[in-house]
Amino acid sequence: MARPRFRFPLKGLFIGLKTTMGIFLKTMFPKRGIKTLLPAPTIGAVTVQYPHKSPPEVPATRARGVIALKSENCTVCMLCARSCPDWCIYIEGHKTKAPPRRPGGKERTVSALDRFDIDYSLCMYCGICVEVCPFDALFWSPEFEYSETRLADLLHDEERLNEWMETVPEFEPYEAGSEAKVRKVPR
Amino acid sequence: MTSSVLAIDWGNYWQQSIFRVAGAALFIILGAGTFVIAFLFKMMSYMQSRLGPMEAGPHGTLQLLAEVGKWLQKEDLVPDRADARLFKLAPYLVLASTFLVAVVMPFGPDAYFVNLDTGIFLALALSSVSVIGIIVAGWASANKFSLIGGLRAAGQLIAYELPLVLAVVGVVIQAGTLNLQGIVAAQHQGEIFGWGGIGNPFILTQLLGFVIFMIATQAELTQPPFDMPIAESEIVTGYMTEYTGMRFLLFFIGEFATAAVFSAIAATLFLGGWAVPFVDLDDNVMNVVGPIVLLVKMMLVGTLIFWARFTFPRFREDQLQSFAWKALIPLSLVNILATMVLKVAF
Repeated sequence: MARPRFRFPLKGLFIGLKTTMGIFLKTMFPKRGIKTLLPAPTIGAVTVQYPHKSPPEVPATRARGVIALKSENCTVCMLCARSCPDWCIYIEGHKTKAPPRRPGGKERTVSALDRFDIDYSLCMYCGICVEVCPFDALFWSPEFEYSETRLADLLHDEERLNEWMETVPEFEPYEAGSEAKVRKVPR
Repeated sequence: MTSSVLAIDWGNYWQQSIFRVAGAALFIILGAGTFVIAFLFKMMSYMQSRLGPMEAGPHGTLQLLAEVGKWLQKEDLVPDRADARLFKLAPYLVLASTFLVAVVMPFGPDAYFVNLDTGIFLALALSSVSVIGIIVAGWASANKFSLIGGLRAAGQLIAYELPLVLAVVGVVIQAGTLNLQGIVAAQHQGEIFGWGGIGNPFILTQLLGFVIFMIATQAELTQPPFDMPIAESEIVTGYMTEYTGMRFLLFFIGEFATAAVFSAIAATLFLGGWAVPFVDLDDNVMNVVGPIVLLVKMMLVGTLIFWARFTFPRFREDQLQSFAWKALIPLSLVNILATMVLKVAF
C-alpha cells in the first residue's frame, strides 16, 4: 500500500500560533474601550484564585468531595469496609433484638451500628464503598473544605459523617423510560 | 576602548578574568531568570488562560527564588550503578558551554567581555559543546531512559547544528566579518536601497536565514516541538531522569540560559544588536543604553521562541531528522548561494 504523500501543514502552523496568541492577548488585556491597554490577567484568566476568592457556587456534577453516611440505612454488612482498597473504613456493630413486624410474630435479629469511622487521611476517593453499598447508606457530597491541621482530625466519626448528609445534592430523576432501579435517594 | 565606562583593559590577567566570570555569570543568571519568569511562568500561563504562580511576591515574581530554594534543599542523589564522577560532571559541562558563549556577546561599543575577530565562530563552536555534556549525562546515569534521551539529543543537536551554522554563514557573508561588533556595525551602517535611515538589520535581507536560525535554535534548546530528548510522555525526562536537586537545577538554568544566549545571538545577528538607529556607534551613551536595547531585542526573539514552544506538539523522531536534513539544510545552502551571488552583484 502506497503511503499517502506527506504535506507540510504550513497553514496549520499559523492557525496554532494565532490561537495561542489570541488566548494570551485575551487573558492579558481583557478590558475594552480606553482601558484596553491596561493588562489585567486576574480578570482575563479563567482561573479562580481559590483560597482568596470563593469557588464557583455550583459544584461539579457528581463531584467527589466527601462521603456521607445515612446511618438508618446501614446494616453493618461490612461490604464497604471489606472493599475499601485503603482499609480506611472502621465499622463495629452488635446483634440486637427488634420487635416483630407483625403482632404475635417472632422477634427479629438486627445489627446495630456502634462505630462507623472513615479516615480521610487514608481515603483515596475511589468511591468503591459508595458503589458497593447495597442499602444506599453511603453518598457522595461535593463539600471539600474539611482540611485539618492535625492528621488525626481527619478521622470522621459517625456523627460527622451523618452531618455531611445535609450537603448531598437532591436525587435527580432518571431519564423517562429508564427501567433501572431507583437508587441513591438521599432523602 | 580607552575612554569608556566599562573599559576592561585595566588591571592584570586575573582582574580581567574575574570581571569576565562575574559578568558572564550575571548575564546567565539574569537572562535565565528573566526568561523563566516572563515566558515559562507568565506567558505560558496566559496562553492557557490561567494565571501561573501568584503567591510569592506580586504576581508571583519571586516564585523563582522559592523554586531555587526548594531545589537547593533537595538531596543530592547518585544512582547506585551510575558512573558517579561523570554523572556529577555532566551538568557543569552543559552549563559551561552556555556560560562561555555569553562571554563573547557584545553589549555596547566598549561593553563586552572579550572582543574576538572570530566571535560568532567561537560562539557557535562553544554552543555545540553542550551536546557532550548531554551524552555524558545520558550515559553515566545507568538508566535506559537517560541513555535513549542522550542518544536522541546527540542525533538532534548534531543534525540541527548544521542549519544553525549555515544560516549564520549568510549573515557573515553579508557583513563581511566574523566579529560580532563588526556585524553590529555592518547592520548599523547598512543601507536599504540607498536609504540609510534605520541601517539595515539583517532580518530584512536574511529573512530565510533568520527563520532557519530560529527553527534550529528551537531544536538546539531541545524544547517543543523538538523535545524528543526530554519527551516526558515517552522517556520520563530523557537524560535528566536521574538528576535531582542542585544538578537538576543546573540543567534547568542551562536550558533557559541557553535560550537567553541564543536570543542574544539572534538579536545581534539579525536585529542589529545593541545599536540604535540615529545614534552614533561610538557614542559613550551606548555603553549604558546598549545592554538595555539588546535586552529588549532578546525579549522579542524570546517571545518568538517560546510562542512556538507553547503552541506546537512534538515531532516524531524520523520527522525531526528528515526535516533537518531534507528541508533546512538544502534551504540554508540555497540561502548561502543567493547571498553569495547578490553580494558579488551589488
